[in-house]
Amino acid sequence: MSEGTEGAGERKTATVWDNFLRISMREAGVAIALVIIVLFFSATAPYFATPENFLKIFVQIAINTVLAAGMTFVILTGGIDLSVGSVLALCTVVGATIMVREDLSPWMSIPLALLACMATGAACGAINGWVCEKWKLPSFIVTLGMLNVASGLARVVSDNSTITGLPQPFVDFGNQIYFGVLPSIFLIAIIVILIGWFILRFTVFGRFVFAIGTNEEAVRLSGHNPRVFKIAVFTISGLTAGIAAMVFLLRLNVGSPIAGIGYELNAIAAVIIGGTSLSGGKGSIIGTLVGACILQVLATGLQLLGAEDNVKPIVIGTVIVLAVVLDTYRNRYLRKLEAR
Amino acid sequence: MTTDPHEVAPVLEADAAAWHDDDTGPILQLRGVGKRFPGVVALRNVSFDIQRGEGHVLLGENGAGKSTLINLLGGLFPPDEGSIWFNGAPYSPASPLEAFSKGIRVVHQELNRLSNLTVAENLLFEHLPSRRGLVNFREMNRRAAELLAEVGLDISPSTVVSRLGVAQMQLIEIAKALAHESKLLVLDEPTATLTSKEVDRLFEILHRLKERKVTTLYISHRLQEIYEVGDRVTVLRDGQHVTTEPLKGLAIPDIVRLMVGRTVTDQGVFREDIVPTGEALAVEDLRLTETSPAIDFSVRKGEIVGIAGLVGSGRTEAVRAIFGADPKASGTIRVNGRPVAIASPKEAVAAGICLMTEDRKQQGLLLEMSCAENITITDLKRLSRKGLLDRAKENAASERLVAGLRVKTPTIFQKVGTFSGGNQQKVVIAKWLYRGSSVLICDEPTRGIDVGAKAEIYELMGQLAAEGKGILVVSSDLPELMSICHRILVFSNGRLAGEVPRAEFDQNRILSLAYEEYGRVRGN
Repeated sequence: MSEGTEGAGERKTATVWDNFLRISMREAGVAIALVIIVLFFSATAPYFATPENFLKIFVQIAINTVLAAGMTFVILTGGIDLSVGSVLALCTVVGATIMVREDLSPWMSIPLALLACMATGAACGAINGWVCEKWKLPSFIVTLGMLNVASGLARVVSDNSTITGLPQPFVDFGNQIYFGVLPSIFLIAIIVILIGWFILRFTVFGRFVFAIGTNEEAVRLSGHNPRVFKIAVFTISGLTAGIAAMVFLLRLNVGSPIAGIGYELNAIAAVIIGGTSLSGGKGSIIGTLVGACILQVLATGLQLLGAEDNVKPIVIGTVIVLAVVLDTYRNRYLRKLEAR
Repeated sequence: MTTDPHEVAPVLEADAAAWHDDDTGPILQLRGVGKRFPGVVALRNVSFDIQRGEGHVLLGENGAGKSTLINLLGGLFPPDEGSIWFNGAPYSPASPLEAFSKGIRVVHQELNRLSNLTVAENLLFEHLPSRRGLVNFREMNRRAAELLAEVGLDISPSTVVSRLGVAQMQLIEIAKALAHESKLLVLDEPTATLTSKEVDRLFEILHRLKERKVTTLYISHRLQEIYEVGDRVTVLRDGQHVTTEPLKGLAIPDIVRLMVGRTVTDQGVFREDIVPTGEALAVEDLRLTETSPAIDFSVRKGEIVGIAGLVGSGRTEAVRAIFGADPKASGTIRVNGRPVAIASPKEAVAAGICLMTEDRKQQGLLLEMSCAENITITDLKRLSRKGLLDRAKENAASERLVAGLRVKTPTIFQKVGTFSGGNQQKVVIAKWLYRGSSVLICDEPTRGIDVGAKAEIYELMGQLAAEGKGILVVSSDLPELMSICHRILVFSNGRLAGEVPRAEFDQNRILSLAYEEYGRVRGN
């Protein structure tokens, strides 16, 4: 290959800064929206801008953030996972069942429960992915099936009852608050988001997640097997459902077969508001975190403003659609920017 | 005629209506029609007439502009210049529906079917018989049965369309055209998938239509059959009008002569200095299906071998099967003398074969991703350690290839979706150069690319051949193949019809080979 330099004259060597700008444009829009919403409620809603209120919000977004982190992986490849809510329920009863055993010391049962939750969730996710790829089925259908299966299993495992009496050290850790405003479960959510961000941004696997969502056929014709990666993203989504189950247990101290109903829709909403495209290939997990924040800030803010409970879903539903509408404008703007 | 069709003045709606019943003069007039796509001029100053009630045949090589012309008539897009007059009035349909309501019906090669609906629903979809918004099923099935009888299809109107074969679908499409009286029926290769019995049936229908004064515009690769349906023929070449004349008195060799001789402006340079050595790729007894003919050929190191043939002759299917992109029934493939089992592109790439697909946008590139990401996707292992990407390494490798191939882009972080066709193709080449392989298969590497970029791509192929790679080029551009190849393999109707060495290159000979198998089907 000739190392021709004549063509390079009209091309400037790209800087790290260019790349940073290119990647952060997506998050910037949602982050600005969050800031505006927070400022709005701070100005209008009584008690909104208080440490206690932020603490409350952080506690409330933890579960959804963890679920949405895994969901981001699936949606980035162009799939969807409707099963995370009931997989979470299954994992809470599995984890709680282990932790309430009298014959195990807390220092034995807690790590064991954590492992069991993660393994159960990952197994459900792996089955989702494998079934989708084996028979080339849409993930919507397969995970809708898993939603019901996992929910049924949760009832079987728990014998249709809630499980209480978790070990005290576990409950104490769940109530822990650092620096006055950072609850332990929120920190867990942040760690999950950071790990997800690292994987998507810096690993070969992350690159494939984006590439498959952009054009799966091109990835296949570039000499790779997209199916392996697609099974992996569902496994990740299941795994985060397992972690979210632990967060659920830390927060509510009870394992329940009817936990997590509707959680999958909140997770999807967070991902979408965060700027990730449902058709795959475009988006970011930091956006997902911001999306989860926007959802909860709206809910809390409206409550503090004295809005009726019935009004909240109307506003939140409108915001979800609005976010996607704005996203199309942002994409158009970005495209124009690129085409310069 | 009261108006001069050359005059392209805006015409009032009312005037247009006044001409509606004008039944003298040509039904369709094209005046200076031109159409450009990014990087190519598809049609250039095309003018000809189609007479009322005649069977008009449209001929031309691949890429001569036939499809563009049909799509203009079918209302898929408007011409960039010139005017079209239909039935005495200016014709500029905004949509296929408008084209169809004005009386032009196009039966496309790719069938537009609603797979999950019944035959009757497909046939009458545009105007379902209904009462107060409810479909009148009895009336619909009755009319569908009539139409099916007319095209000689012995199937129930309530059959679900997805159960039908391709030939039956083709006849359904023609029946659909009959359902609504059209003034001009455009048939794009209607016989490509029909058996000789079905073809006879089709011709019978066309003759009946002719008695009803329906004009037909007929496109076919099977030159023998055009005499049965055509009165006059128009030949296009390189997007330009060559001739329109009566078919009577024109023999097949005359027609082939009119079609060949595409202008050679963007010719590549043949590298005389390269002497091919040992075998790079060997394909033995390759069969796409159990019953398809066996394909055998080989490519030597340093050799550029062309594959010519009409679109749909099995060229693309063969190279995709070699690459493992589509399944094959049987066949042995050797790379550098070693037999390799290829069931998927992954194994092909591992064995040292790469395929630059015909369809860059859908199959070759990640349009929404950056230039660098597109280049390195073929081998991420090389720039990673323990699964972590080394971006500095990635950027350096991309910068080097982008500079070497002279890809015109401000930065390597630019999305390839914003690139021109030529630059996109260079990115496709770059990604395979990055991977490094011993056999390069290029399917239509210069389609839709401007002249300058074409020359650069030819030059690159020469360089790669000089480095000892075996190169296989599929192209519809015969002069292109003749300028850069050592040998040309000619596909015809799914068979490898022949091989022409460089010393014997001749457009006439190659085209005759390409048409060979299509003649035999009709028993001529």
